[in-house]
Amino acid sequence: MTWSVGHRPSPVPLLPPEQLAPLAGSYRAAVAAKRRRTAVAAAALLAAVVVAASGAEIDLAKLIHNIHRLPLYLIGLIPSLSWDHLAADIGEWFWNFDRWLKLLIDTLLIAYTGTLIGAIAGFCLCFPAASNLSRRPLMRFVVRRFLEFCRSVPDFVFALLFVTAFGLGAMPGVLALAIHTTGALGKLFAEVVENIDMRPVEGVTAGGASGVQMIRFAVLPQVAANLASYALLRFEINVRGAAVMLGFVGAGGIGQDLLEAVRKFYYTDVSAILVMIIVTVMLIDLGTERLRHHLSGLERP
Amino acid sequence: MSRHLAVGDSERRVLMARHPEIFSPPVQRLLLLLGLPLLLAALAGYSVWRLDFSIARLGTGLVHLMQFLAMMVPPSPGPHAGTFLHALVETLAIALLGTLTAATLAFPFAFLAARNVIPNFFVHVLARRFLDVIRGIDVLIWALVFINVVGLGPFAGVLAIAVSDFATFGKLFSEAFEGITRGETEGVAAAGGGRLAVIRFAMLPQILPVIASQVLYYFESNTRSATIIGIVGAGGVGLHIAEQIRVLDWDRAAFLILLILVTVAVIDAISTRLRLAMTGKATIAA
Repeated sequence: MTWSVGHRPSPVPLLPPEQLAPLAGSYRAAVAAKRRRTAVAAAALLAAVVVAASGAEIDLAKLIHNIHRLPLYLIGLIPSLSWDHLAADIGEWFWNFDRWLKLLIDTLLIAYTGTLIGAIAGFCLCFPAASNLSRRPLMRFVVRRFLEFCRSVPDFVFALLFVTAFGLGAMPGVLALAIHTTGALGKLFAEVVENIDMRPVEGVTAGGASGVQMIRFAVLPQVAANLASYALLRFEINVRGAAVMLGFVGAGGIGQDLLEAVRKFYYTDVSAILVMIIVTVMLIDLGTERLRHHLSGLERP
Repeated sequence: MSRHLAVGDSERRVLMARHPEIFSPPVQRLLLLLGLPLLLAALAGYSVWRLDFSIARLGTGLVHLMQFLAMMVPPSPGPHAGTFLHALVETLAIALLGTLTAATLAFPFAFLAARNVIPNFFVHVLARRFLDVIRGIDVLIWALVFINVVGLGPFAGVLAIAVSDFATFGKLFSEAFEGITRGETEGVAAAGGGRLAVIRFAMLPQILPVIASQVLYYFESNTRSATIIGIVGAGGVGLHIAEQIRVLDWDRAAFLILLILVTVAVIDAISTRLRLAMTGKATIAA
C-alpha cells in the first residue's frame, strides 16, 4: 500500500496499480452502463416526441407565421384607459359589473355547495376505505373502486352528462363538482385516516365504544384539522373549475359569459371578466391559505 | 355515554374532577362546534335557494340519468373506432408535447424566480408575479387564445398546455431550487468549483430527480386536462365525448369514457413506477 502521490504524502490510502485497475475498470463499466441507460431513455423520449409531433399536427412554420397574433390579441384585451377620466373609463370597461358580480357569486356558491356535498360524501366513505379501520375487505375494495371512478372520469364529462339529464343551470354543475370532489377527497381523507396513531382507537374500543363513538373520540381529534385543510384546498380548485369549465358546458357560473365574450371577440369584456375571476381566485386562495395555516397550527398537540 | 362503559361510577367522577376541561369545554369551543356546522348549513341552504335547486328537477333528471346509463350498455364505438383511437393518440401527444415544452421553457426561467440563485429581490418577485398571472388564467382560456393564433386543432392544445404548465413548473422548479441544501454547493465551491461547476455538480444532482418526477406527474395529470381542452375545439378526445353526449349517442360516449379511464390508469401505473425508480436512484446517489 502506498501512502503518497508523487512526492507528496496523501491522507487517503492509495492502492497499488494492479489492485486499482480492476476497480477502476468496474467503475468505468458502471458509469458506461448508466450512460447507456440514459441514452436509451433519451432516444425513446425523442422517438415519442417525433411521433407525438406528427400526431398533434405540430406546425412550427404556422406558429411563427401567426405568432404576431398573440401579442395583438393580448394587447386587444387592454381597455382604453386615460388619466383624465379614469373613473368613467373603468366604469365603461366594467359596464356589465352587476350581472358579472351576480354570476361570480353564483360561481362561488356552486363551488361551495359542490365542495360541501363532496366533502361530506368523501368523509362518510373514507372510513370504509381506510385499511386500518375497515374490517371488511370486500367493502373496502368496492368503496375504493367507486372513489377511483369518481375522480378518474374527467369532471367536464359529468358536467356534460348532468346538463343533458337535468337541463341547463347551476344544479348539474354542483352535482358534477360534488362527484369529482367525493372521489378526490375520499381518497385523501382515507390516506389521512390510515396514518393515525392506533392507540387511542384501541383504547376507546377496549372501553366499549361503538364504531361511531370510536370515530368521534379516537379518530376525529387526530384528523379533523387535516381533513378541513384538504377540503379547503379542494374548494380553491373547485372555484377555478366552476369559474371557467362549468360555464363552458352550460352548467352555470360566470364561464358562460366569458365564453360568449371570447367567441364574439368582445375583447374588453373578456379582460374585465378575467380580471374579476383572477381577483376572486386570488382572494379565495389567500383566505383559505390563512385558514389552512391556522389549521396546521392546531394540528400540533 | 355508552351502556358498556368500562370505568366505574366513582372512577368516572375522579376523572371528571381531574380533567374538567375535557368534560365541560369552554364556551368558545362549544360555539365553534355548534356554530360552524350551522353556518355551513345556512350557506348551503342559501345557495340551494339561490341556484334554483328543485326536487322535481332532481327527480326527472335522475330518471333521465338512469335511462342514459341503460343506453350506455354495452359501450361500443360504432363505426368510429378509428377516429376515436386517433383522437386518443392526439390527446396523449398533446399531453406529452405540452408538458415537455413547458418544462423546457420553465427550467431556465425558474432560476430567475429562485431566491438562492438570483439574489436580486426585484428579479425574483417580478418573475413570480409573472408566473402567478399566467397561472391564474385557466388552460381552457389559453386554448381559446391559441385557437385564435394557430387555428382549431391539437396544436392549439399543445400551446395552451405548454403555457399554462410553464407557469406551474416555473413555481415548482424554483421551489425545488430553493430546497437545495447548502452543504453540497459550499463543498464544490470550497474545492475550487466555479459558478457553473456548482450548478452542474452540486445543484443539478439534487434537483433533477425532483424535477423529473414532477414532470412525469404533470404528464399524468395532463392526459386528463388534454381531454378537457377538446370541448373548445383544441383537439383530442374531449371534442368527441362532448359531441357524442350532445347527440345522445350513449354507447359511443360510454366507449370514449372507458377509453379515457383505461388510458389514464395505464399511464398512472407506468409513471408511478418510473417515478419510484427515479426517486429511488436519487436516494442511492445521495
